[in-house]
Amino acid sequence: METLEQLRDRLLARFPGAEVTLVTNPGAAAQHSLLLGASQAREIACFLRDDPALQLDYCSNVTGIDWPDKEIVETTKTTVPDPAGGPAKVVEQKTKRLQPGYLEAVYHLYSMALKHGPVILRLRTANRTDQANVPSLTPVWRGCEFQEREAFDLFGIVFTGHPDLRRILMWDEFKDFPMRKDYVEPDDYEWEPTPHGGVLEKAAKHYPVAATPPADTPPAPPAPEGKQP
Amino acid sequence: MSLFPAPSPSGVSVRPVNDEFHGDLLEISMGPHHPSTHGVFRMQVTLDGETIVKLKPVFGYLHRNHEKLGENTTYLASMPYTDRLDYLNSMTNNWAYAIAVEKLAGQPVPERAEYLRIILAELTRLLNHTCLAGFLLQDSGAMGTPLMYAFREREKILELFEALSGSRMMCNFQRFGGCRVDASPAWLAAAQGVVDAYGSFLDEFEALLTGNEILMARTQGTGVLTPQLAINASVTGPLLRATGVDYDIRKVDAYGLYSRFNFRVPLGAHGDTYDRYMIRILEMRESIKILQQALRELPAGPVMDPKAKLRGFRPKAGEAYGRIEGPKGEIGFYLISDGSPNPYRYRVRPPSFVNLTILEDMCLGQTIADAVIILGSVDIVLGEVDR
Repeated sequence: METLEQLRDRLLARFPGAEVTLVTNPGAAAQHSLLLGASQAREIACFLRDDPALQLDYCSNVTGIDWPDKEIVETTKTTVPDPAGGPAKVVEQKTKRLQPGYLEAVYHLYSMALKHGPVILRLRTANRTDQANVPSLTPVWRGCEFQEREAFDLFGIVFTGHPDLRRILMWDEFKDFPMRKDYVEPDDYEWEPTPHGGVLEKAAKHYPVAATPPADTPPAPPAPEGKQP
Repeated sequence: MSLFPAPSPSGVSVRPVNDEFHGDLLEISMGPHHPSTHGVFRMQVTLDGETIVKLKPVFGYLHRNHEKLGENTTYLASMPYTDRLDYLNSMTNNWAYAIAVEKLAGQPVPERAEYLRIILAELTRLLNHTCLAGFLLQDSGAMGTPLMYAFREREKILELFEALSGSRMMCNFQRFGGCRVDASPAWLAAAQGVVDAYGSFLDEFEALLTGNEILMARTQGTGVLTPQLAINASVTGPLLRATGVDYDIRKVDAYGLYSRFNFRVPLGAHGDTYDRYMIRILEMRESIKILQQALRELPAGPVMDPKAKLRGFRPKAGEAYGRIEGPKGEIGFYLISDGSPNPYRYRVRPPSFVNLTILEDMCLGQTIADAVIILGSVDIVLGEVDR
């Protein structure tokens, strides 16, 4: 199979105006990936599936990744000459920069016909709140259907063009996206008294009356005879 | 509404069902506590007479956000959790996870450990396929007997697992860079005994079932899946190979030391439920061949790479996707490291979850009784579907 650089160049030649970027993986696995822009992602996916040299007919794994807003601190050093003629001072200046977060959908493609792979595709949303859209690749590979629904359910990535985008693992009335990094479970989560101290404390906060009876409550009547467990 | 049949993706013509009210259609919620659903799985079925015209799988009843648990613990601490995914096949789950982490960290594995992994994975394949055949027969109405025969054999393999790892089903056996403990000569002799006797058990099992007229009448031509749809819908494992597509990750990736072993990949011709049953029987016979070779050629040496680090394990930043051919299909783990002791992202690619994508296509046009055995032949475990 051609290298990913060659594939990127071929895609850029075939789809003028498309955004295709190589994302390198510094780890030992060296599984690099291609970042696609949203505008022509589905056309490129169709091309990857049907191109005779690639025939990536099998989309193995689809998943989401959450990259929240990140504060990046950059330190710049400037040398200030001493007006008195002594040694020059080095002044450190720290600037903070907010790198906006995004959600990412990752597709691992293989070829069953030619038995090669993986080719990894990435799609990124514009932000994590109101523009969390990427084009769905379910029309290209049917196998994405449930896995994209799962990424929608747990990460909140909205796949436009998906035939049946509903929650799949959580219940339909659930509001939040539990796999996001900033997800906080509600404090009445698992409210039943359990032997876990942390849960008991949370339950006491959420149900102050039920968990700790007020001091002036009369003592409970003795249990009737013969009813003890 | 048109009464003309619309072609479904699998090519079967059934009546189209829209959201409007149909006075003559029957909607049935099958499950989540139906005994044939292998756990808590629900199918919303719409029936025209006895014929299925729509089927939507519903799951998530066992959902515990396994992937979040994986992000909140260290790499090693996730290993026992992988046992709980597909609780019949903890050894292959362990191996898939170990392979992904070894790819992430560039960790080599000694030869003896690779042989042990192959022995345990093939024993797991035997036990999974035996159970599947038993459950499939149970679902199609052969109450008790085949399942009891299957479970009798499964117990022998589980005893081997218990003797080696200390636990029958939750083995927690693989480590990054090898296996947790070495197999003793006594254990290997016991394993050899089980493997030697397995062929005659399969003969007995097949004499009861393979040519059975009722089984053939129930399963042949039922739930047909075409190879084109199977590939496009990311179906893997015996379900894919029953349609005739030659794709076995043991051959394609040749992970571990599978390239040294001499075995064939059985393929089906019709893609129906009977082929799915037969593929499993034939795969078990190939697994016995692999096991005989592995037990014969098992080299001496350490089972853990001496440089492997378990405590304070921090792989360099990067990502890796590792996959193996599990008994149910491709089980893969996708890991992203940011250099900390916990994975930044821990993703399981569950075979039975993805294989359920085409359940509706296989069931359209079939009767409600056939939906039960079609689901049985997909081979799902809800611990893995729901995660």
